[in-house]
Amino acid sequence: MDFTRRRLLTTAAAASAAAIAMPNIMTSDKAYAAPLKKGEPIKVGLLFSLTGALAVPEEDSTLALQYAFEEINKNGGVGGVPVEPVIVDAKSDFGVYSEKTKELILREKVTALFGCYTSASRKAILPTVMQRNHLLYYPTCYEGAECTQNTICTGPLANQHSQDLIPFMVEKFGKKVFFVGSNYVWPKESNKNAKIWLEKAGGELLGEEYIPLGSSEFGPVLNKIRDAKPDFIFSTVVGASDIAFHKQFKQEGFKVDTMPIASLTTGEIETRAMGAEFGAGHFLSAPYFQSLDNPTNQKFVENFLKSKYGKNGVTHYNMEETYLTAYVFKAGFEKAAAAVGFENVTPRAIRDHSGGVRVEDAVSPEGLVWIDENNFNTWLKPKIGQCQADGTFKIVKAAEKHVAPDPYSIYPDAGVCTKDGLKAPDGKVRTNVI
Amino acid sequence: MDLGSLLNALILGLSIASIWLIAALGLTIIYGAAGVINMAHGEFIMLGAYSSYMLQYYLGLPYLLCIPASFVIVGAVGLALERGLIRYLYNRPLDTLLATYGVSLVLMQGVRLIFGSDPKYLAAPEIFSSNISLGFASISSFRVVILLVTALCVLGVWLLFYKTRFGVQVRAVMQNKEMAASFGINSSRVYMMTFALGAGLAGVAGSLFGVLAIVLPTMGASYVVQAFLMVVTGGGSLAGTVVASGVTGELQSIFAFFTNDTFARFVIFVLIVVFLRFRPQGLFAQAGARR
Repeated sequence: MDFTRRRLLTTAAAASAAAIAMPNIMTSDKAYAAPLKKGEPIKVGLLFSLTGALAVPEEDSTLALQYAFEEINKNGGVGGVPVEPVIVDAKSDFGVYSEKTKELILREKVTALFGCYTSASRKAILPTVMQRNHLLYYPTCYEGAECTQNTICTGPLANQHSQDLIPFMVEKFGKKVFFVGSNYVWPKESNKNAKIWLEKAGGELLGEEYIPLGSSEFGPVLNKIRDAKPDFIFSTVVGASDIAFHKQFKQEGFKVDTMPIASLTTGEIETRAMGAEFGAGHFLSAPYFQSLDNPTNQKFVENFLKSKYGKNGVTHYNMEETYLTAYVFKAGFEKAAAAVGFENVTPRAIRDHSGGVRVEDAVSPEGLVWIDENNFNTWLKPKIGQCQADGTFKIVKAAEKHVAPDPYSIYPDAGVCTKDGLKAPDGKVRTNVI
Repeated sequence: MDLGSLLNALILGLSIASIWLIAALGLTIIYGAAGVINMAHGEFIMLGAYSSYMLQYYLGLPYLLCIPASFVIVGAVGLALERGLIRYLYNRPLDTLLATYGVSLVLMQGVRLIFGSDPKYLAAPEIFSSNISLGFASISSFRVVILLVTALCVLGVWLLFYKTRFGVQVRAVMQNKEMAASFGINSSRVYMMTFALGAGLAGVAGSLFGVLAIVLPTMGASYVVQAFLMVVTGGGSLAGTVVASGVTGELQSIFAFFTNDTFARFVIFVLIVVFLRFRPQGLFAQAGARR
């Protein structure tokens, strides 16, 4: 009989009446959940890089979440108890990401994880998250083509991101386009999507170039663009490279009014770092801009910037998407608590009850969003902004309707992502596909 | 393919070469003269960019004056580092490697604590954000500035090392420290000066890269690998580094012109490995005793 030894150990270790009272303590999704008690704070893990090359975006993510949880706690917390963020530093090292994930789940016993900015780090920690049947809130844009039962994402997928941008640019500037991206998975997958929109819009792809991550030498690429003479450039260059790209674009004599860059990444932070004179005139597609004109956003910007977390003086699509995860967590947790009871809420239960949860206009700075009931990504409205001379963005186009997230839009043969797993065309369902 | 584009690629190659050269120049001097493998070189470059940013942001110094000022500031940092740490480690090359790596982490984190980890903006005069076009050839005016500053620095270093009394002393110490000392040359002072000079040159590179690319606490890391490659390929001598940068810069541009950037890098690294397999001492190895 195998139950005696294991149960004995568990009982001894827990040494509490509560543990004995819960006979299902050893079921898989229960085992690694925090033992929730009414009145004690809910622990959540914030897994971002505070040092190293990824610190630039990820420090902002941490600040946005700290702000969000402070705001939530001030207004009564989640399910009536406050949230306690456990902050760790992943040091821009994928090994550390996965190590810290284990630490947060096993030692800190957090109820959910919020973390990662790059797809590489997400893919590094997902096996651990899935093995423990835990829950990761991934707070920024990514390429899709994943279907796990343990992730909720609040950023735009590749299929939502360029859907409006490409036709808009083709109509406004012309059919000929040149793709430039950083050399890793997200730009390549985004460009596959962009090509589909480009074909629909009747555009023509003149060239496609990828730059090593972190490279700051854009001379050769710009020379090729000069020869190709496109009507606009579609950019998925990220991070420090993106800033170098925009600077050298102008330094090499390119004119923004005849050949603008349409980017999926160049937001307020990037523009400030490169100097507004290098950013002015270019376009960005994102669900959020600091300049969005609605009362929720105005309040968010004002309160955030004067809080101790707003030291960098700017709000950014990545920060706002990260901020939203806290409210998606609150809504999902409370829905799960209503269904199974507060003490029985597990990470998996939160995820299973998060389908369809909404972050309303009154809370979400980008406007109402909700979580898809099948693939647990976010329905949102992508917007197109043009950078102005002062570095702020003017919204030139906003989607009229919410756009559905579709992680497998360019891989229809792979199947459809459903709540229980990836359903292949032959009817087989595979769980936890990454 | 037309001739104009190829010519453009060749001009660009010259510019890439100058960027690699200015990044590697300080390292060459420190490695060549003092034999120190300075892992903190990238952070000296970063400090140069931040000195320029600081001078411009807080004191309103014009950009062109920030370049020499960065030389002085980072040179002083290098001097302090040499006096405070490196001079105790000259006979322990492996320890200098670790110590300078530690220094690089300290500098990076220190800058992050003071300035935050968000990128900073370094403004250059409007005239530098345009390009010069002559017929079908075109180059950005800021790249011309980098080329000129690099040429000036190389010329200055050459004059210093080959036309002055100090240069004779440096070269004597490079060849044989004990012998030079027995002729009354203060080798400790020579090391100190060359280390400061090398650091200062990294500062100049930093103030240029801050405008070309970005000002970040981690910016140095992306230049230091290239810089080491140039120094190793060149053999640690000034002429070697100049030639190595020139050749690899042109190759990078031409390969990128025919294929793409990532592949060009790959080819160059392979070529360097093959080259070093057959000539491990580099292009122009120095005569004399190696420590």
